[in-house]
Amino acid sequence: MKPKHQRLVLAVVALVALIGAALLAASALRDEASYFYTPATLAKADVEPGKAIRLGGMVQRGSIKRDADGLTVRFVVQDRDATQPVMYKGITPDLFVEGSGVVADGRMDKSGIFIAESLLAKHDENYVPRELKDIDMSAAEHSKDTLAE
Amino acid sequence: MIAEFGLAALWLAAAFALLQAFAGIGHWRGFSPALASLTRPVAVVQGLLCLIAFGCLIWLFAVTDLSVLLVASNSHIDKPMIFKLAGSWGNHEGSMLLWVTVLSLAGAAIALFEKRLDQQTLGAALFAQSLPALGFFPSLLFSSNPLGRLAPAPPAGAGLNPLLQDIGLAFHPPTLYIGYVGLSVAFSFAVAALLTGKVGPTFARAMRPWVLLAWIFLTIGITAGSYWAYYELGWGGWWFWDPVENASLMPWLAATALLHSVAVLATRDALRAWTIMLALVAFAMAMAGTFLVRSGILTSVHAFAVDPERGAFILGLLAIYVGGAFALFGLRIGVVREGKTFALLSREGAIVGNNIFLSVILAIVLVGTLWPLAAEAMGDKISVGPPYFNRTTVPIGLLLMLLLIVGPLLRWRGDLLVQHKALWIPAGIFILLFAVLMVTQAQAGVWPILALSLAVATALGSILPLLGRNLLRTPLSVWGMALAHFGFAVSVAGMAAESGWKSEKLAAMRIGETAVVSGWEVKLADVRPVVGDNWVALEGQMQVRRGGDAAEMRPQSRQFSNPKQQTSEAALLTRWDGQLYTVIAAPAEGDVSDRWQVRLWWKPFVTLIWYGGLLIAFGGALALIGRIGLFRRKRSRGNPWSGA
Repeated sequence: MKPKHQRLVLAVVALVALIGAALLAASALRDEASYFYTPATLAKADVEPGKAIRLGGMVQRGSIKRDADGLTVRFVVQDRDATQPVMYKGITPDLFVEGSGVVADGRMDKSGIFIAESLLAKHDENYVPRELKDIDMSAAEHSKDTLAE
Repeated sequence: MIAEFGLAALWLAAAFALLQAFAGIGHWRGFSPALASLTRPVAVVQGLLCLIAFGCLIWLFAVTDLSVLLVASNSHIDKPMIFKLAGSWGNHEGSMLLWVTVLSLAGAAIALFEKRLDQQTLGAALFAQSLPALGFFPSLLFSSNPLGRLAPAPPAGAGLNPLLQDIGLAFHPPTLYIGYVGLSVAFSFAVAALLTGKVGPTFARAMRPWVLLAWIFLTIGITAGSYWAYYELGWGGWWFWDPVENASLMPWLAATALLHSVAVLATRDALRAWTIMLALVAFAMAMAGTFLVRSGILTSVHAFAVDPERGAFILGLLAIYVGGAFALFGLRIGVVREGKTFALLSREGAIVGNNIFLSVILAIVLVGTLWPLAAEAMGDKISVGPPYFNRTTVPIGLLLMLLLIVGPLLRWRGDLLVQHKALWIPAGIFILLFAVLMVTQAQAGVWPILALSLAVATALGSILPLLGRNLLRTPLSVWGMALAHFGFAVSVAGMAAESGWKSEKLAAMRIGETAVVSGWEVKLADVRPVVGDNWVALEGQMQVRRGGDAAEMRPQSRQFSNPKQQTSEAALLTRWDGQLYTVIAAPAEGDVSDRWQVRLWWKPFVTLIWYGGLLIAFGGALALIGRIGLFRRKRSRGNPWSGA
């Protein structure tokens, strides 16, 4: 084989590999990328139960409840317009407190409760999960007070 | 005074970088012998000046000079000394200074130790090496000056994020940075080769040790980072497919591919353009990694000390350098003569396969990491997590392992598979193990079983190249290759065992109660308050027992004082067959029953993941020593250029 031909063959092989990778990535992205919702967008969207999604918002004040097993925690995530009940089993992050931001990975169950598989709360005092930066915190802050009463 | 001295050194270093660029051009174009003789000393002095500036920063952190802004905002007088020192790079400015220092030292190392490159290419390489530094110096001197003063000085300092107050901070960032920035040498060599058009075996043999060195540090850095996150975050995971982790994995994938393709170029003079391309991609990935980590543009669990505006600056530099390098590649690659051809079934054919698989994995990781940004530009907020990465990279990774068994046995130039009857050993072991595990351990799942069987087969296969050789006369580089491949198999075996066979237990325990996980009885004997240098903690005392094996474990829930923050300190118990991992948290708010939340994991053979990583790095080190030794012996015989 001449060098030119071999180069061509290699280029074709590389192209096929690239296309294969692109197809693999595209199909995996379609199935596995999880969309980010706030309670308000989640209420409008029709998310099928069992699909992996992310939910972000503020933990409603007075909403954290522990089950008798000492491990399961139920709380409500809210933004300005809507609320979403959440259930999580496990040790909550160190900075998981009422009135602060939280991002949860998980799935909706059939009864409309969000079953969280992991919770991402603030890592330190200054850190806000990126998805929450755009949410109008002052509005959430305001509604939180009224809702808590 | 020390701060001003350091700043002066930094200014001088910037001036020397500029001088290095001009001298390098002169050296490359052969304008003047005087200029050419300047290049090497200038590069060495620039490296020393950066080292001095960095040394000043470390000194300021060591004595906690609070009149320096960076110290005041990131350190604290009560912090233990080791974290004071390591804290100097636990922030944006300090870590950028470390980055530039490593870059300049890499240039100095080229000037001091590179003996194989021809003068033209060497000059061009030192010119290219000075360019990234010239981009970063203005940012260090003007917008993120690590040595700036603060008046008046505060009394105590703001402290360091407690998650960073760990011995991991002393090792992980420097090794990773040496790895990242070490790839700049490959980049500079590639740019130089494009400028001079001299690409061939001699060039490849000159580049190989530098790539190896950077790759060794990158491997250690990633391994250390993985273990650090594993025990520090307290989530029991060792790899989260987090953007910051991917940022370190992508240069590693490119460097691994480069390491293999450069061997083909050195031995067979094939894959010329491809090797140059990989060298550019590897450093581009390292810069992109720096950008992703420093900018905080992607949500990450490891993102500390981020600054979006300065991130944009790094992105600009990235665009200029990478864009410029690829433009140069497009313009000049025609000047590089075509390399030789080769048979598909040969060592070099297998390495091409390795390169394709590694590149595909790299592309998939890159797409998955950047997809959230692209989606956000289109108005969607999405996150791409482990399900995507596992589903795409695991199958390709396993294919790569198959290749790893066959490739090292094949001869250069061309070979026949039937000549290698030894291949039946790993093949037989694989089929047997897979069948047995599928019948007896089906609950672990197909993928972990497949990966574990393949890993065991690969571990055996990686030793086959040593069979039939006189082991005492086997070159160190062959030992290194076998060891690195063996380490890869060991690491994958650990990953498979952990993901398929781990068991987890979540319990709410009163003092005196016992929980059981995978044969271990864990009794919460007591919980006591303990006090550290800058924290107080509630410490669980757990008596754990498996058969006659008993031990005590003490996980903590720590409250740091500066800054105020709570962290969980996991306790780990290592046995030959795995690790017991325990985390404790204070009774839940509103839980009146005095029950402590306890999370227990038994992770079988999990330590193999990191031992494997270290074996890979050790294999690389053996190969490096072997290569350098070979070169020295040949040079002392007066003919350094002959042979591989």
